[in-house]
Amino acid sequence: MLSESNLNKVEQLRKRYPTSQALVLPVLWMVQEQEGYISEDSMKYVAALLHIPFGHILGVVSFYTMLQKNRIGKHHIEVCTNISCMLRGSVKILEHIEQRLGITVGETSPDKKWTLSEAECMGSCGTAPMLAIGDEYYENLTLEKIDKLIDNLK
Amino acid sequence: MNLRPSDTEQLNAWKRVIIPDDRDLYKIDHYLAHGGYKALKKALEMKPEEVIDEVKRSNLRGRGGACFPTGLKWSFMPKNFDKPKYLCVNGDESEPGTFKDRQIFEYNPHLLIEGTLIACYAMGITTAYIYIRGEYGKWIKMLQKAIDDAYANGLVGEKILGTEFSTQVYIHRGAGAYICGEESSLMNSIEGERGYPRVKPPFPAQVGLWGCPTTINNVETISNIPVIISYGWEWYSKIGTAKHPGPILVGVSGHVNNPGVFEMPTGEPLLEIIYKRAGGVPGDKGIKAVIPGGSSTMILRGDQLEGIRMDAESLKTAGSSVGTAGIIVMDEDTDLIQVITRIAEFYYRESCGQCTPCREGTDWMFKILKRFQRYEAKKEDIDLLLDVANNIEGNTICALGDAAAWPVQSMIRNFRDEFEQRVQTSRFQEIVL
Repeated sequence: MLSESNLNKVEQLRKRYPTSQALVLPVLWMVQEQEGYISEDSMKYVAALLHIPFGHILGVVSFYTMLQKNRIGKHHIEVCTNISCMLRGSVKILEHIEQRLGITVGETSPDKKWTLSEAECMGSCGTAPMLAIGDEYYENLTLEKIDKLIDNLK
Repeated sequence: MNLRPSDTEQLNAWKRVIIPDDRDLYKIDHYLAHGGYKALKKALEMKPEEVIDEVKRSNLRGRGGACFPTGLKWSFMPKNFDKPKYLCVNGDESEPGTFKDRQIFEYNPHLLIEGTLIACYAMGITTAYIYIRGEYGKWIKMLQKAIDDAYANGLVGEKILGTEFSTQVYIHRGAGAYICGEESSLMNSIEGERGYPRVKPPFPAQVGLWGCPTTINNVETISNIPVIISYGWEWYSKIGTAKHPGPILVGVSGHVNNPGVFEMPTGEPLLEIIYKRAGGVPGDKGIKAVIPGGSSTMILRGDQLEGIRMDAESLKTAGSSVGTAGIIVMDEDTDLIQVITRIAEFYYRESCGQCTPCREGTDWMFKILKRFQRYEAKKEDIDLLLDVANNIEGNTICALGDAAAWPVQSMIRNFRDEFEQRVQTSRFQEIVL
């Protein structure tokens, strides 16, 4: 299932750790980056690749919030609503995005384009309010900035 | 140099060493041209125990929240050991209100790498893992580039700078779990487990990663090491306050005009940080409350900030702690019930679920606080809430339980009137049974 270049990377990673179980997180990240999410079949694949019980892989995937068990939208918008962002208006930001996309927190749009989540502090308190789409942070948000962002991604 | 925190003119004269103005330090050539990796060279000419001694005498205390003396922690590592030893650099940075390590990854990554190498040399470690939270994908790439450059220049890897010292430095990416900033949970995460904290003792210096001796230090702590080696412990121990010396990265967020991370000597007055560095409160409003060191630390009343300084001792006396030095300012119009409910929600979501008091207790605190938020709470709920918090504190494997209890306890202690007011305006007030 993993591409050849990713499999090569796995072999390189093995040199970094004394056990193959330590590769669980790095390999799950690889799967998610390649497939967009981690299906049950993928988990079975990782279990076989690393010689780890499937139950362990499932346990890890369910524990970490960034690992997605289900297919999500093309753009995963995560809005921080923790305290520093809340003090600077994240509640309004979230409401505005819900209105613009026609979905509520936790939902994926029917066209699979958007998924909206509420996130815990992402370390952007000095540039609050903020949201993240994948690895990209969008900071010092205003309603206008959000409109522009959504229009550009449409 | 002996900086007195009260002297503002001298304060402004503080020449930043962790995150200097120079924005090109992430480039290895530039870093090398400006004295970079000289501290490593100097350390390699010293004996490992001399390096540990230097750090001990500098009085450097961990910047990850617990303020543990770094040199002492290092001295716990066994010497002449035949099994591998490990260093974990903690860059999980998930404490709400904290955004300092990120600046180091971005603006001065080689300082972190240099500190990591010196720490490895001092403790006889050949593998270091820098654990970074999964959300920091962009900063992981920045740091990885710096590590690759350091490898290419013979500064990391085999026979560093032509000596017999070899060390590998790897980044390990987290995947979204606040608890993984707790040191034993971080080790479990590297081992490919769920991020469950471990029971201590045994402490990591005896039984750590894969059962081997391990030291875990915060990113900012490690970044102070090259500074200590370069300038010497004597110079370092005189910066800021004597019991908690050195430069500290203070983040200010919430209701301030100029939020951000500021590097300063420890012991600067809290009010000066808020008004002078962070530009004061928008609309010249008063301050209702301040969280001084990230959401886990005890909340302070805005009218009792006079005299409080940003160092471990002063904040301890004030009934709080320096934590990760993430100051969150709340102006006079802030709804503190909303604030504490959100904080309680955070700990409820992030509790790993291992210990019953924390798993169930954080849920109950959140539930009760939601009653206050909806104007449905009764008078007894204030003490019930306090009772739940008191029964979490001290009864869990790791400090997350305490971190969840402290904000609630301190909020009730300092702002009981806010809770009482909610009860008085409760929708259930007229119902007489």
